[in-house]
Amino acid sequence: MNKRVLDIVFRLTVFALLFTGFAQMPIFARYYLADVPGFAWTADYYLNHVLHYGLAAVLLVFLGWRLPLAMRRTWNAGGILLALTWAGVVSTGLVRVMKNQPDAFFSPTFVVLVDWGHLGFVMLLGLVSLGRALAIRMKRLS
Amino acid sequence: MKINRRSFLASGLAVAAGTVAGPAKARAQSDGAEEVVLATLLDLSKCIACGACVQACREANARKYPEPVKPFPKMYPSRVKAADWSDKRHVDDRLTPYNWLYIQTASGTYDGKPFELNIPRRCLHCQNPPCANLCPWGAASKDGRGIVAIDDEICLGGSKCKDVCPWHIPERQTGVGLYLKLAPSFAGNGVMFKCDRCQDRVVAGGTPACIEACPEGVQTIGPRDEILAQARKLAEESGGFLYGDTENGGTNTFYVSPVPFDVLNQSIEKGPGRPHLAAVADPFTAEDVLARAVYAAPLAGLMAGALHLIRGATSEGKNE
Repeated sequence: MNKRVLDIVFRLTVFALLFTGFAQMPIFARYYLADVPGFAWTADYYLNHVLHYGLAAVLLVFLGWRLPLAMRRTWNAGGILLALTWAGVVSTGLVRVMKNQPDAFFSPTFVVLVDWGHLGFVMLLGLVSLGRALAIRMKRLS
Repeated sequence: MKINRRSFLASGLAVAAGTVAGPAKARAQSDGAEEVVLATLLDLSKCIACGACVQACREANARKYPEPVKPFPKMYPSRVKAADWSDKRHVDDRLTPYNWLYIQTASGTYDGKPFELNIPRRCLHCQNPPCANLCPWGAASKDGRGIVAIDDEICLGGSKCKDVCPWHIPERQTGVGLYLKLAPSFAGNGVMFKCDRCQDRVVAGGTPACIEACPEGVQTIGPRDEILAQARKLAEESGGFLYGDTENGGTNTFYVSPVPFDVLNQSIEKGPGRPHLAAVADPFTAEDVLARAVYAAPLAGLMAGALHLIRGATSEGKNE
């Protein structure tokens, strides 16, 4: 598979993760998306939960695969920030998966921190990615 | 303490993730005592529907009941309706934010004989609770004592917990909670309320109020393994039927009845605030498989990435 195809698959995976992640909140039914023909599934919490897990596995394969390659590169401040934000998303996501195991118990405070942390890191990832893309574009233009 | 492969893996990953609150079936409490998952057994043949448990529940939990701010914020879009039980606090024939336990009555005929059974209904405190697993906000959680509780200071009242609960147990009260401080017109709609099996009393070493108040000894509480064995023995000896042991992947509430639960389910009034007694399959079987895939995925990716690098280096060497 060539690099371009892999890049498209990676971006689609991230988009689908964002979508199924936001579908965990009761907003798609409230704001009519689930009423659009063909979109009723967006309000199916169990389905989106399973899709989110499956997509997370795909994403983690991608990230694991890219890690040895990334380690060989020269890191700038933007890259380090992006990597740390990804680490935040991945670690809070993994802990969420552990939390959902039947025989695992975490304190309520820890559960709140992990849930809010996951959401916060995703928002931060969006901002950092946007800022980095803009910075690269401006550098090319100048 | 029993640690299975999944616990071991989860524990290892939790440590790797830099967390300190590792999962445990039984975890040490701050006072040194060991936390044990507790379950309750309800012998339905004993319940006389006196209502002592309902009254005790209301008295013990009155201080936790919502005191909403009125008028409620206008909510958008208009399809979002307020849920207000504050003027109907007296209602005790269904679950409400002010009534976390009620008695359901089933009457009919089984095996050619008439029956009438009373069934105290409340949250069953699942072993793998969908309300806690799927809450996107961290408001619902389970603890090491087998209690599933909703934090009324965190909950936004989106009602997802009610939607994913097979029995639709949690009930919403609008006009209270954190959503009022965020964007009350556009997100959230109050707080969800349900039985927390008197978490404060249990943490302090006490017994849930409903169990303590019952004059007939309908309910028994104790370590889950022991209570489940007791429930199975009771069902076997009395020729009865068991509900709650496998429902929804297993709960911490076991009902034993002389009448099959599918018959009871047809004989009870069901609807909002009045849960069914039908069989419930484990909704997380696919999740368990996918969780293993999630744990294995980074390692698989790392190996593929490393192989890719090695192959690249090897072919570079050959070209030279």
